[in-house]
Amino acid sequence: MNCTEFLANLTDYFDAKTAATLRSELERHMGGCNHCHVTVNTTRQTIEIYRNDELYELPDAIRTQLHQAVLAKCAESKRKKKQTKA
Amino acid sequence: MATLTQEEKEANALHPDLALVEKVKAGDLSAFEQLMRQYDRQIFRIALHITQNREDAEDIVQDTFFKAFQKINQFQGNSKFYTWLVRIAVNESLMRLRKRRSQKTVSMDDEIQTEEGSIPRDFADWMPNPEQNYNQAELADLLRKTIQGLPPGFRAVFALRDIDGLSTEETAQALGLSVPAVKSRLLRARLQLRERLSRYFRVATGEHAR
Ligand SMILES: [Zn+2]
Repeated sequence: MNCTEFLANLTDYFDAKTAATLRSELERHMGGCNHCHVTVNTTRQTIEIYRNDELYELPDAIRTQLHQAVLAKCAESKRKKKQTKA
Repeated sequence: MATLTQEEKEANALHPDLALVEKVKAGDLSAFEQLMRQYDRQIFRIALHITQNREDAEDIVQDTFFKAFQKINQFQGNSKFYTWLVRIAVNESLMRLRKRRSQKTVSMDDEIQTEEGSIPRDFADWMPNPEQNYNQAELADLLRKTIQGLPPGFRAVFALRDIDGLSTEETAQALGLSVPAVKSRLLRARLQLRERLSRYFRVATGEHAR
């Protein structure tokens, strides 16, 4: 396996479902190739850093407001539907 | 009230949402409220990742759930309710970006114009726990700027698959893409983000062990 083939399979490397044979081939390449080794480690860190980044959480007060606004619109559209049927 | 067949009972046990959806179809708004309570935070997060704008994301939560209510009869249960909902939210997010920027094309088909980042160039190791060298606000800003450099369609793939934790198949369903298309976009999104973050997180040259 060369670096281009390795890169093409990088998405699968991070997928837990990837077949063991492919995984061990990828690991064998990585063991002898510093560039791909660094690429894998830093890509993994990229994913982890974004995953751990606590974006702004929706406060409960705003959630309740949003729910009420949506429910009001839903009730209104239900009412209109009934009217057109009648 | 109709009795459920064994098959329907099993389906409901697999996806408890389906029972709620049936109630909503029958006009039960409190069942719909329950679904909102369950998924509003996740929908908000996805919208925020794609639009990078808090107010837009709040509006998208509203629009997504209202659309879902209006189209509830079109939900056939072929996918999870959540995946169906995410698909609406992604479309709403892309539509909003299009409006805001009055761009001609903000769609899933946006391609990264250059090959920048598709092929790794920076092979420096990163500092251990590099994010700890920045305070929370700095880090948030840096991550936001970096992800903004991706076309929205790629941001969506990365947000669904890597941040929200949807499977490749679910991401494909939610975005209306094939599985190979999701994989190739995910690879490019990850590599581009990695390449850009590397500028901040790489080990300083002097520190390199020789
Ligand atoms: Zn290599």
